[in-house]
Amino acid sequence: MNELLADPWTKFALVVAIKSGALIFIVITSFAYLMLFERKILAWFQMRLGPIWCGPWGLLQPAADAVKLVLKEDLTPADADPLLYRFAPAIGVLTAVLAYAVIPFGTFPDGSPIAIADLNVGILFVLAAASLGVYGIALGGWASQSKWPLLGAIRSTAQMISYELAMGLSFIGVLLLAGTTDLGGITAAQSAHHLWFVIPQFVGFLIYFITATAETNRAPFDLPEAETELVAGFHTEYSSLRFGTFFVAEYINMITVSCIATLLFLGGGDGPFLSALPYLSVVWFMLKVSFFLFVLIWMRATLPRLRYDRLMAFGWKVLLPVAVLNVLVTATVVALWKANV
Amino acid sequence: MNLFEAVRGIVVGHATTLKYLFRKKSTIDYPREPYPHPERFRGVHELRKYDDGLERCIGCELCAVACPANAITVIGAENDPAKPTSPGERYGYRYEIDMLRCIFCGWCEEACPTDAIVLTPRFDIADYTRDRLVFGKDKLLVKDQFMQHMANTESAVLTDPGVAAPAAEPAQPASGAA
Repeated sequence: MNELLADPWTKFALVVAIKSGALIFIVITSFAYLMLFERKILAWFQMRLGPIWCGPWGLLQPAADAVKLVLKEDLTPADADPLLYRFAPAIGVLTAVLAYAVIPFGTFPDGSPIAIADLNVGILFVLAAASLGVYGIALGGWASQSKWPLLGAIRSTAQMISYELAMGLSFIGVLLLAGTTDLGGITAAQSAHHLWFVIPQFVGFLIYFITATAETNRAPFDLPEAETELVAGFHTEYSSLRFGTFFVAEYINMITVSCIATLLFLGGGDGPFLSALPYLSVVWFMLKVSFFLFVLIWMRATLPRLRYDRLMAFGWKVLLPVAVLNVLVTATVVALWKANV
Repeated sequence: MNLFEAVRGIVVGHATTLKYLFRKKSTIDYPREPYPHPERFRGVHELRKYDDGLERCIGCELCAVACPANAITVIGAENDPAKPTSPGERYGYRYEIDMLRCIFCGWCEEACPTDAIVLTPRFDIADYTRDRLVFGKDKLLVKDQFMQHMANTESAVLTDPGVAAPAAEPAQPASGAA
């Protein structure tokens, strides 16, 4: 064992494997409780009680749901593409978890980020992983060989393409201000000046949050799974654990976009009392992420689903031009400011 | 579309939902929490007693006659003078209501001369066999002495003038309303 550990590569692989395992455990657990959180909060918004029977205050509901899903029959439509049909949910959840490799959950006392990989192009990696996520949905819908899933998949693809552009542009304002694509560096730039980028980049923040909602297929942009029109959209034909896997992917994506919003616009783990208790940064980070998750649920409780043509018109005619304008203004201001300093 | 109006709509909408988040929940955690009924809800019957423990029922069978669903069976019997069951001459020896036949119209309650049979707000009487849904005196006779007392006194007089019996005769609603 000691000889094995002496080899730096083996040691590195082992450490990363343990870190990743722990992180995946945390992410999946937080998914389960995010689901309960959403059901509970949504119920309260509608003056209902939400899950209350499984354990105290319904806290064991995720476990009950998991058991139920596992025990359900796993159906595959006769005409479905057997390979892609089985792989699609896995692709969805894999790409969803991928982004967590670079997300810093706070900072160590020495200032280095608490993350598996301290990647210097972290934000691009996250964007790439998020873009790949559409494959899970598109393939799942296509491989089902059924009309509703296909329509849902097409909608999802069109929506992702339309809103990803504005999303990418909303990042650029932040990147210009921070001068780095490193997620840890971006938070460090915010805590250095004690100015969270939500203030100078408020327009960018709004664009990001709207596009992020669309990216995660959340209400009011939940057209790919519009129950009233498409039965259940891309996962109509799925049952049992494969159905659950799509949900895991969707909810993990929710957490991801909230993490990114926190890192880019709310200063990551920045907050008071950090000099006394450095690890408090993790708590601040979690609180901010929870806030964004709450807002996502709040939006779902409030806004009705957009009509499809309006969704497209809003993405291309409003968000994209505003995002471009935001980049132009930010770039001009940054250039002038740098020239004067 | 007016941008200001659109943004205002979204903001006002979110404020409204946020207000609802803190409202009292309208769900009643039913089996664990009692469901509040209107006072005059007509549910499962109850055979009342007087405060001294004697049964009100005198076995006259008027309820059985009044019952449009033929759900009530009464067999009366003579009271034992040494140990009477009811203050009158006779008492309800057997008193059975078939809950599967009953339509909860409350006519038995209206027909009863001694206000022995009353409909309570209780309604959860589901069971697995038909036999167990034919309620006899064991199930119908009032059990809660406090509720019994309340029914015989003040609150009953307020809600149901009939219970007040002879003393309240002049204040009957029929004459009072005229």
